[in-house]
Amino acid sequence: MDIEITEIDTILEKYGQEQRWLIPSLLEIQNAYNYLPPEALERVSERLKVSQIQVYQVASFYKAFSLEPRGKHIVTVCMGTACHVRGSERLVDQVGRVLQIKPGETSSDKQFTLEVVSCLGTCALGPVMVVDGKYYGNMTAGKVERVFKQYTKKEKEEVAANE
Amino acid sequence: MSKNDSSKVLGLEQRREQILASRDPSHPIITVCAGTGCCASGGIELREALEKAIQEKGLDAQVKITGCRGFCEQGPLVTVLPQNIFYTKVQLKHVGQIINKTLVEGQPVEELLFKDPITGERCIHEHDIPFYKEQQRVLLKDSGAIDPTSFDDYLAVGGYKALIQALFEMKPEEIIAEVKRAGLRGRGGAGFPTASKWELTRKAAAEPKYVICNADEGDPGAFQDRSLIEANPHSVLEGILIGAYAIGASQGFVYIRNEYPLAVERIQIAIAAARENGLLGKDILGSGFSFDIDVQLGAGAFVCGEETALMASIEGFIGEPKARPPYPSESGLWGKPTNINNVKTWATVPYIIKNGADWYAQIGTETSKGTTIFSLVGKIQNTGLIEVPMGISLRHLIEEIGGGAADSRKLKAVQTGGPSGGCIPESMWHLKVDYESLREAGSMMGSGGMIVMDERTCMVDMARYFLDFSKFESCGKCVACREGVKRMYEVLDYITRGYGQEGDIDLLEEMGKSIKIGSLCGLGQTAPNPVLTTIRYFREEYEAHIRDKKCPAGVCKALITYYIVAENCTGCGLCARYCGESAISGEKGKPYVIDLQKCGRCGVCMDVCNFDAVVVE
Repeated sequence: MDIEITEIDTILEKYGQEQRWLIPSLLEIQNAYNYLPPEALERVSERLKVSQIQVYQVASFYKAFSLEPRGKHIVTVCMGTACHVRGSERLVDQVGRVLQIKPGETSSDKQFTLEVVSCLGTCALGPVMVVDGKYYGNMTAGKVERVFKQYTKKEKEEVAANE
Repeated sequence: MSKNDSSKVLGLEQRREQILASRDPSHPIITVCAGTGCCASGGIELREALEKAIQEKGLDAQVKITGCRGFCEQGPLVTVLPQNIFYTKVQLKHVGQIINKTLVEGQPVEELLFKDPITGERCIHEHDIPFYKEQQRVLLKDSGAIDPTSFDDYLAVGGYKALIQALFEMKPEEIIAEVKRAGLRGRGGAGFPTASKWELTRKAAAEPKYVICNADEGDPGAFQDRSLIEANPHSVLEGILIGAYAIGASQGFVYIRNEYPLAVERIQIAIAAARENGLLGKDILGSGFSFDIDVQLGAGAFVCGEETALMASIEGFIGEPKARPPYPSESGLWGKPTNINNVKTWATVPYIIKNGADWYAQIGTETSKGTTIFSLVGKIQNTGLIEVPMGISLRHLIEEIGGGAADSRKLKAVQTGGPSGGCIPESMWHLKVDYESLREAGSMMGSGGMIVMDERTCMVDMARYFLDFSKFESCGKCVACREGVKRMYEVLDYITRGYGQEGDIDLLEEMGKSIKIGSLCGLGQTAPNPVLTTIRYFREEYEAHIRDKKCPAGVCKALITYYIVAENCTGCGLCARYCGESAISGEKGKPYVIDLQKCGRCGVCMDVCNFDAVVVE
């Protein structure tokens, strides 16, 4: 993805120029690009007058941030306690197998990134998987393939439509 | 100024009267639960379909969303007013029936009514259902009735009356005295008396003062703060406003998890509405009190639930806890006096002011007053959000409200307090739920997650799971927590993989005690609790792993075997299709077999089997 510095500046203009705005601005950049591009971090450092090392410290400390580009679809499997006792470990194994990636990795075609989180707070529906913000509750390993088929199918249709 | 002299108060009251006068209680309304749980099971699409159907039929009825109603397991939930008919598990295909039968004919749709699993009877109203019947809802009372995005709805149920009372009829000291008399204790888990904290911050000399609402609900298995904000954000806001006035704070922050997008949206809508209506900003309602509030998003760090780490995060730094004293009440955010309370604590305040301290103090036990909200989850029938008076027994909570075991398996423990808490065995479920009893049992109240486990839950695996969490979430500042938790995790991991040795249990206990002493903040101090309590109550499971190399619950992969019971197997071949290791083979129509050499013990075969033919030992 190309990074336009002007786009970064548009984001940063919304915030003040102090350390206090570091996390909110990084969150917004993360949302816009799905990761924190190095060019953006440099810009943030200049504008907020926070040293680059501190920007990287914050960017690497909080789990919401990623320093690596991520896939088009973000797949999140909840590993909270309630999901754990209902078998989320089996679920994440199966998702990994279907997408052929491990948690934290992005598939080679840059389509999917698999992430695990500590809790999504939808414990009553555990085990829970979220794909691009859509929740799939009461998931079992057996349902995984069917869910991802929808996404790969949609992808193929889009590609076909563009050609 | 008295409240009768304030034109702004009169304006607000007038608006309230107009709203109430314009609402006809006999007018049909369909409410659809739009909490995260029900949204995940299709609540939003349902609402749109209902609206469309009503429009097409030209009916005079309103569709409205509400916040989380707690019974997430049975979602999406729908209520039809004025009859107050309560529907569970409503799908798009039911829209026509609801419109034709209930809205037009006034009759309930039998199949959508909740069926009591014990008596087999259908329940028409919410309060007929055992899950609700046994609760005492104070904070959640309006959750299922009001539209969380509507300021008018909150006014209609008496919203901001407590604030008006506090601003115009009470001195700050009187408010603190009232909260003290009510006996409110912090709902974030530690149970510190709220009024004492307020008093300390009020008395601190420096200015400005800050208040913070801690909505960084990081405990896995807890979602009551999220649901409360999603369902009734104005009640939290009103509580913060009253507290800020009592403390003398001019600026507030709601620190909320980034993982809760819906809650973030709802609190932002509520703040905007409050500002528009003169309840935030300069000279609130003409009282002379000025206060404003900002929302700050967390960025995914569990340790930020700890107050000093949370404040570091608001300041834009990494979330590392600091040594106390000085306490935040003296030197908090940017070195200024800061009062920080949990979402539920803030939301309780308006009810105490409105109904009085005596009313509040008569609920609960001698030392733990009022009601509290739990997220009751795990292997029980009715999972969801519940509000109960303090002092209720664990058994009552799990068996009556939770409906007991989800299937035929026996329940064996309940985990409270998240990664800081412990597992309480079934034999001790006579215990009363209050701060002291739970602490004595080696657990804690925590933020209110309650996870019920059955005989298919391995307690050693559970302990390992929590340490994995704490190890991952440790900020790394204190050696005891950073290194110690990791070492404890390794020992547990070895045990679950079949490499446990004699003496491991003693070693775990010793390390646990040292980590408790050597850590600065609550995360490290309580991280060993899940291990220590499971050793205390389920020692035999540890011994089975270490000595017999067996996992009695059938969970730990290295110690279990999956196999297919030939009598039950129909030979459908589904398991073989799903097996990632190609370890299952057979001929269609004949029993299949698992090749134990190839088996990765993932359990997918067991999940997909429709005939209970796959078993684990």
